[in-house]
Amino acid sequence: MEKWYLMTIVVLIGLTVRWTVSLNSYSGAGKPPMFGDYEAQRHWQEITFNLPVKQWYFNSSDNNLQYWGLDYPPLTAYHSLLCAYVAKFINPDWIALHTSRGFESQAHKLFMRTTVLIADLLIYIPAVVLYCCCLKDISTKKKIANALCILLYPGLILIDYGHFQNIYNTVSLGFALWGVLGVSCDWDLLGSLAFCLAINYKQMELYHSLPFFCFLLGKCFKKGLKGKGFVLLVKLACTVVASFVLCWLPFFTEREQTLQVLRRLFPVDRGLFEDKVANIWCSFNVFLKIRDILPRHIQLIMSLLPACIKLILQPSSKGFKFTLVSCALSFFLFSFQVHEKSILLVSLPVCLVLIIPISIYLHLLPLLLKDELLMPSVVTTMAFFIACVTSFSIFEKTSEEELQLKSFSISVRKYLPCFTFLSRMIQYLFLISVITMVLLTLMTVTLDPPQKLPDLFSVLVCFVSCLNFLFFLVYFNIIIMWDSKSGRNQKKIT
Amino acid sequence: MAALTIAAGTGNWFSALALGVTLLKCLLIPTYHSTDFEVHRNWLAITHSLPISQWYYEATSEWTLDYPPFFAWFEYILSHVAKYFDQEMLNVRNLNYSSSRTLLFQRFSVIFMDILFVYAVHECCKCIDGKKVGKELTEKPKFILSVLLLWNFGLLIVDHIHFQYNGFLFGLLLLSIARLFQKRHMEGAFLFAVLLHFKHIYLYVAPAYGVYLLRSYCFTANKPDGSIRWNSFSFVRVISLGLVVFLVSALSLGPFLALNQLPQVFSRLFPFKRGLCHAYWAPNFWALYNALDKVLSVIGLKLKFLDPNNIPKASMTSGLVQQFQHTVLPSVTPLATLICTLIAILWHDLSSLQPPPPGFKRFPCLSLLTSWNYGHTSPHPKLFYFSLLSVQKAGDASIFLILTTTGHYSLFPLLFTAPELPIKILLMLLFTIYSISSLKTLFRKPLFNWMETFYLLGLGPLEVCCEFVFPFTSWKVKYPFLPLLLTSVYCAVGITYAWFKLYVSVLIDPPVGKTKKQ
Repeated sequence: MEKWYLMTIVVLIGLTVRWTVSLNSYSGAGKPPMFGDYEAQRHWQEITFNLPVKQWYFNSSDNNLQYWGLDYPPLTAYHSLLCAYVAKFINPDWIALHTSRGFESQAHKLFMRTTVLIADLLIYIPAVVLYCCCLKDISTKKKIANALCILLYPGLILIDYGHFQNIYNTVSLGFALWGVLGVSCDWDLLGSLAFCLAINYKQMELYHSLPFFCFLLGKCFKKGLKGKGFVLLVKLACTVVASFVLCWLPFFTEREQTLQVLRRLFPVDRGLFEDKVANIWCSFNVFLKIRDILPRHIQLIMSLLPACIKLILQPSSKGFKFTLVSCALSFFLFSFQVHEKSILLVSLPVCLVLIIPISIYLHLLPLLLKDELLMPSVVTTMAFFIACVTSFSIFEKTSEEELQLKSFSISVRKYLPCFTFLSRMIQYLFLISVITMVLLTLMTVTLDPPQKLPDLFSVLVCFVSCLNFLFFLVYFNIIIMWDSKSGRNQKKIT
Repeated sequence: MAALTIAAGTGNWFSALALGVTLLKCLLIPTYHSTDFEVHRNWLAITHSLPISQWYYEATSEWTLDYPPFFAWFEYILSHVAKYFDQEMLNVRNLNYSSSRTLLFQRFSVIFMDILFVYAVHECCKCIDGKKVGKELTEKPKFILSVLLLWNFGLLIVDHIHFQYNGFLFGLLLLSIARLFQKRHMEGAFLFAVLLHFKHIYLYVAPAYGVYLLRSYCFTANKPDGSIRWNSFSFVRVISLGLVVFLVSALSLGPFLALNQLPQVFSRLFPFKRGLCHAYWAPNFWALYNALDKVLSVIGLKLKFLDPNNIPKASMTSGLVQQFQHTVLPSVTPLATLICTLIAILWHDLSSLQPPPPGFKRFPCLSLLTSWNYGHTSPHPKLFYFSLLSVQKAGDASIFLILTTTGHYSLFPLLFTAPELPIKILLMLLFTIYSISSLKTLFRKPLFNWMETFYLLGLGPLEVCCEFVFPFTSWKVKYPFLPLLLTSVYCAVGITYAWFKLYVSVLIDPPVGKTKKQ
């Protein structure tokens, strides 16, 4: 069957699932006085449309920063302004200064959902389609299957279309994906431009910046610092600087402007716990005070360093993708700024290498249940699971070679000749984690926690997710470190 | 590990397709639902709270019970599950009651009953021979047929958004057809009889069934050239068929016969007072007839041939459910349409006294156009049935595609709410693109001539005009019915054209059975 027909059908399925999920309620629906993230988006349209640029990030009588103040980089603000112009055309009441606070109506909900869909359609979906088409060494059928699985990824759909969290995650992820695509296909300038746009849209993309930097640096070194490599380095630096300047132009006029924006983007005085998010701190804090053992930054750097160094020394597309995952995971697990939706950033690279991140769903569960999104959550997760399993028959492909652990297990067997059960072990681990996930979901939905431990289930969820993520971190690091040149020439799996 | 592969592993594509579409149906739960939702809630209430003797007399709500007794028993059984969801929905006086639990229950009941449909599709796929083996999975006729049936746009829109119980009824129909193909005639006859007592609208298929069963079951042998051997008629078989039908009918209508309520039941089942073009304007031959009448009357008024006082005020385009008179052309009575339908059906019923299967398959489709009152689920029952043919012959495939595309498009006015607009467009595109491209790949040749392509492509601009341009023009106030009229007439043209093409191919093509046997 012709590729384009199938790809169109996959895109249509993705769009259909997105729109049907968006029919459900959003965060903070009908809950004054603060409402939720939906209201935040609407408020930003109000602010950017009615106030001059200089006042967007400052506290004033017209712009109360306590009520959903703008805390994303300028590109988000420009996007909100664009949506505001459209909103003005349809119904000015939606963005009237002060009077439109807490505005809720069916028509407005339709409008907001449509803006998300259009942003998705213009940026994220083309990136996914192109990415899958550019994958090398696999059949057309597998490319289509890849696209289907990525587009059906529940985390993104539920957050952007269901929960409506600081939406347009697809925009920043889409830009990042364009960046990955560009850099993997040797269009380095375009790739870095796209990634700069991603960072300027949501600062959380900085989690991905280290691998980008290391990969590009590695490429420059490979080309030789005295010749082409140096030229490339200069070009890249210019591109990055130019894109930042362009985005931040209105804010570079005064030092105070720039500083205020930075203060809003990186609120260093925010607390450590927010919504009991899974990371090492929350989980192990219950059991032992780990932060007393080593400073946080050191732990973070220790987990990041090996992969990044390897990437500089041996830049390769595959290594790049795996490093993206492990860096994002490290930042998330050890990081100071905790925000549970950041897990989405991990999902993107993981989708890229297509190993099923089911534990991510578990992690998002408490958040989604707050907004009555149980049905869409369950349905989309099952759909994603079925798509992946049917497309890739993962239950069969668990030999060592296919798990990309062959070189690792050969090395270990030099010391421990009985270490032959690695793939079996991983199969069981996967099984256990799926079963735990299902059980915890059921418990959270049906049972009430005991009175003495009201947060029992949330903490359990965090803990299990944390274990899962740690496992992934170790797994990916192993793959990166033991990936050799000869390994790359073998038949590519998936 | 083996236990975990359940339905979704090791290449069991059919289960994956079925599960996938079920998940999609779950996502459609919060969408818009029509008054049919209240209709079925009312029937749950009636059958649960009232004794049998009251079922066909109860009229608190305007949506009285007008399906045969088996459906009423089905609602009765459902109501016993419903009471665990929300007791209040079973109160006859709770008109328009639709709590979230009621919605959940009703939607899930439709999704659950679709299991029968899935099973029937599975059986139908067994009847399709995979002639071209060794090809990729997505190009096998079985796979294409499964997708066309399981992911059918009409079923999703009408059953899972608009709200109806067509899924399992089509399942019964497809299952009985499959049994006929598998030479299990008695089962097929039994299933069809049961279906008739669930929803009597399938009566129009009954003559074709009757003739087919007569031809292939009651005449036990053929002459060498394929035509009937008249002396092989078996009375035993005829009687056993009749017995089956009689027993089923007795089971269904028996209790009401005992209560002397048969006339009341029949008056509910066949309300001939309802108009020629129901509120929805099904795109059949009568839509064209009405449109012509309307156009002529407008011209007549302008040119002063007609006296405005003589024209009946109630326009049949206003969307009300009543009986109407035509203005210029001769008025059509129910009896007239019945006779037309019967003539259309019987013509090929008689010509079917030729070798079996191929001929049989086509009649029910032919009768689709000329029936009296189709309600809004108009062309798509036959489309299911026609899908079976479409994966086997290129000519049938092109007719099927025209029928299915225009038929599905004609369902658009059913969903007029804004949130559902993207859904219906996306699903329509999905189904249309898939059906056209998969059948084109299967037969490896272009399926449409330039005229048909042009017609089908014209659906796009039509949709844009009706839904995006028209609401912002001044005509919206003066002629609010215009989009509906345009849609129905445009689709009626396509369906009538497909009908003629099918008719011609049935009459002209040599009996395929002959070449098959030799």
